[in-house]
Amino acid sequence: MGIGSIIFLIGALIFILVAAIYAVIQKDLIHAVIATSLISLALSLVFYILQAPDVALTEAAIGIALSTIIFIITIRNTKRYESE
Amino acid sequence: MDLFFIIIISIISLGALFGLIRFIKGPTTSDRVVALDTLSAMLIAVLVLLAFIFDRYIYIDVSLIYAVLGFIGIITIARYLEGGI
Amino acid sequence: MQIFDYIGYFLISVGAIFLFLGGLGVFRMPDFYTRVQAGTKASTLGAMSIILGVGVLQPEWFVKTLVIVIFLAIANPLSSHALARGTHKAHQKPIVKDEKIEDAYEIAEHKAEEKNIK
Repeated sequence: MGIGSIIFLIGALIFILVAAIYAVIQKDLIHAVIATSLISLALSLVFYILQAPDVALTEAAIGIALSTIIFIITIRNTKRYESE
Repeated sequence: MDLFFIIIISIISLGALFGLIRFIKGPTTSDRVVALDTLSAMLIAVLVLLAFIFDRYIYIDVSLIYAVLGFIGIITIARYLEGGI
Repeated sequence: MQIFDYIGYFLISVGAIFLFLGGLGVFRMPDFYTRVQAGTKASTLGAMSIILGVGVLQPEWFVKTLVIVIFLAIANPLSSHALARGTHKAHQKPIVKDEKIEDAYEIAEHKAEEKNIK
């Protein structure tokens, strides 16, 4: 693993950190769900750089399709905005 | 890693940074979903490029899964915005 | 064999520039409807170009990269079209500076609502 891969890995981890902080402090739950999908996208890249393509494949399939659908159906049946 | 690929991935990462800024700033929900769509297309390209750099044939399968399944979540959010999921 | 290397590197460079322009368009455009066209068209072309460039550089991988390009060409415009349709049905208006165009847009929306009621 060269120095370029390490710099790229640190960039992906900072990306995850920004999206996670945004998902925690956001009051609108739909925006938080989109931020969760973004976390899954960058986490798949991290697993990929760490030479684990099977974990990255599972993370991609579950994170971007399945968990988004389940969260959206749950929000449809409850409230969209977090109460104060 | 070759110098050429470092420059290419740096250019794509700069584009991804603009997408992240639009995701944080964007006034409505639809702007954030557009940023997610753009970042997803960028990730598919970067995964294929990294498979070429690492020289492993199996690594392309992750990108194939992203290309097949990536649009389902965005269509779900769009149907929720439309009001008829 | 040398000419295929040049073609592959050229395709990868063009794809990287188009992906960067897609991100810049998402950042700088003033309105949702312009953002969706800048973001999805440019990024689709960039991703397809990079994947085809890798397929040209490694001729054993060409079939699988072609499959990825075909799936990308089906799925990415589909999702952007569904998103634009959903946003339009949620009554989000575009930014227009000309008053005539704004009036025409409101008249068209009114007609569509009347047709829906009937």
